[in-house]
Amino acid sequence: MILIPCPHCGERNVSEFQYVGEALTRPNPDGVDPEQWRSYLYLRSNPAGPTVESWFHRAGCRRYLKVERDTVTNEVTSVTLPGRGGPQP
Amino acid sequence: MKPVKNGARRMGRYSAFDLARHGVARNGWPRAWHNHDLRRAYDVVVVGGGVHGLATAYYLAARHGISNVAVLEKGYIGSGGSGRNTAIIRSNYLTPEGVRFYDRSLKLYESLSTELNFNVMFSQRGHLTLAHNDSSLRTMRWRAEVNKLEGIDSEVISTAQVKELVPYLDTSSEARYPVLGALYHPPGGIIRHDAVVWGYARAADSRGVHIHQNTEVLGIDVAGGAVRGVATSGGKVATPVVVNATAGWATLISDMAGVAMPITTSPLQAAVTEPVRPFLGPVIVSGSLHVYLSQTDRGELVFGSAVDPFPSYSMRGSLDFIESLAGHVLELMPSLAKMRVLRQWAGLCDMTPDYSPIMGQTPVEGFLVDVGWGTYGFKAGPVAGEAMAQLIAEGKTPELIAGFSLDRFMRGELLGEKGAAAVGH
Repeated sequence: MILIPCPHCGERNVSEFQYVGEALTRPNPDGVDPEQWRSYLYLRSNPAGPTVESWFHRAGCRRYLKVERDTVTNEVTSVTLPGRGGPQP
Repeated sequence: MKPVKNGARRMGRYSAFDLARHGVARNGWPRAWHNHDLRRAYDVVVVGGGVHGLATAYYLAARHGISNVAVLEKGYIGSGGSGRNTAIIRSNYLTPEGVRFYDRSLKLYESLSTELNFNVMFSQRGHLTLAHNDSSLRTMRWRAEVNKLEGIDSEVISTAQVKELVPYLDTSSEARYPVLGALYHPPGGIIRHDAVVWGYARAADSRGVHIHQNTEVLGIDVAGGAVRGVATSGGKVATPVVVNATAGWATLISDMAGVAMPITTSPLQAAVTEPVRPFLGPVIVSGSLHVYLSQTDRGELVFGSAVDPFPSYSMRGSLDFIESLAGHVLELMPSLAKMRVLRQWAGLCDMTPDYSPIMGQTPVEGFLVDVGWGTYGFKAGPVAGEAMAQLIAEGKTPELIAGFSLDRFMRGELLGEKGAAAVGH
C-alpha cells in the first residue's frame, strides 16, 4: 500500500487521492507561440526517480497538494500545500 | 543433454521429421539464437529486445537485406511488455486508419508461424466486447460499420447470441451491469507471446542479426544533429541509425538523444488463475467493468485491467488491483467464485496524450522511435516492425504510419483512438 501523508488529514491510502500531473508552470497563453503552448500541454519529463507533482485529495480534505515522490520506489518524501513553500501543518 | 557450444551448430528448419529425429536420438536441440561479441560498428542498432525491436531487425534482414544489425536488450529478450501483456490480438478499431493498421498486423500474425518456421500458437477464438449500456452499444454499431467497410469480420450480436458463445456469462437482467449485446470479432484471439519473441529472435539471428542480451544502453552519441553511436554496458558501438523500440523506458532512451517525448509511464497490472478445464471460448472484454479475460491453451484464466491511475516505474502488484479485478470478474461470471489466483504482475506502459503510438523520425537525424505503445503495443508488433524496417531501408516514412509521427503534437494534430481501446484508460 502506498501512503501519502496529507498535511490536513494525516497518512492516507493512495486510493483516496487523484493524480493531477507533473507540477508545471503554466505559461501566459497570450505571450507564447503555439509551439511553446503545446510543449506545455504535451511534453513531460517523466523521470525515473524523484519528481514533483500535483495530487488532489479527492476522498479527504479535497485540497490540491504538492507531492514529492520517487517514481521507481513510489516513496513519498514530502507533501506540502502548493504555492506556500516549505512544510505545512 | 549435452551442452551445445555457442555457434557450433547452425540451426536447421523445424519440421515434423526433425521432431521425430530428435525424439529418437535425444541429442539435444541446437540453440535457437546465439551470443556474439559486440562489434565496433553496426548499420542499425535497435534498442529493446521485445517483439517490436526483434520484428524490426527481422524485417530489415529478411525483406531489405540489411543484416548488420544489433538488438540491444537490458535484460533478457521479451522481459518487458512483450512478456507481460495479456496476448490479445484484434483489429476491430474505431478509426479507418486504426483498423487498417491493426488489420495488417493481424494478417502478419496469421502467417507468422509459417514465415518464422516457429509455432506462435495463434488461436483465433473470437473476441467479444460486451455492451452494458445504450451508449456503448451505439459505439459498437459504429465500430462494426467502420470495420465492415474496411473488410473486417465484425458485427454486433444480441444477448442471446452472447449466451450461446459464452454459457458461463451472467446475461440475466439481474446482473449489476446487464449484457445488452456485444461487438463480436471472430478473427480476434490470443497468441503465445513468448513464442512470438523467440520466433522473431531465431529468424533474425539466422539471417545474421546480433542479439545482445544483458546489454544496457547508457548513452547515445549525437554530433551535428545526427546519431554517431551508442554507449552500452558492453562497450561503445558506432552506428548511423538508432531505433528506440522500448516500452516503459521510451522517455529515458529518448532523453539520451535529447529528444523530448509527450509520454508518461504507468504500470498495467494483470493476473492469472490456476488452470482448469476448457470452458471459455472467446476473449471477453468489458469496458464498463474495466476487465478483459481469456482462457489460455493451458487452461489458466488471464485477466487484465486498465493502467494504474498514476505514473510510476514500479512493477509491483497491488492489493487494490486484485480486489477490484476479482469483483469485476465475478460480476461477469459468478461461478468463478472459487477460482484461485496464481500470480499477478505488472508491465510498464508508455502513455501518449492521444492514445496512439509515436513512430518514425525525430529532430535528431538517424534517431528513430517506435514508442508510446500504451496498452496496445503487442498486437501491433509485426506491423510496427515491418513499417520501421521499411522506413530505415527506404528512408521514407511509409503511408501506414505517417499519422503517428512525433511532430503531430507540435502541429496540434492529435489522433483519436481512445474510444476504441478495449477498456477505458
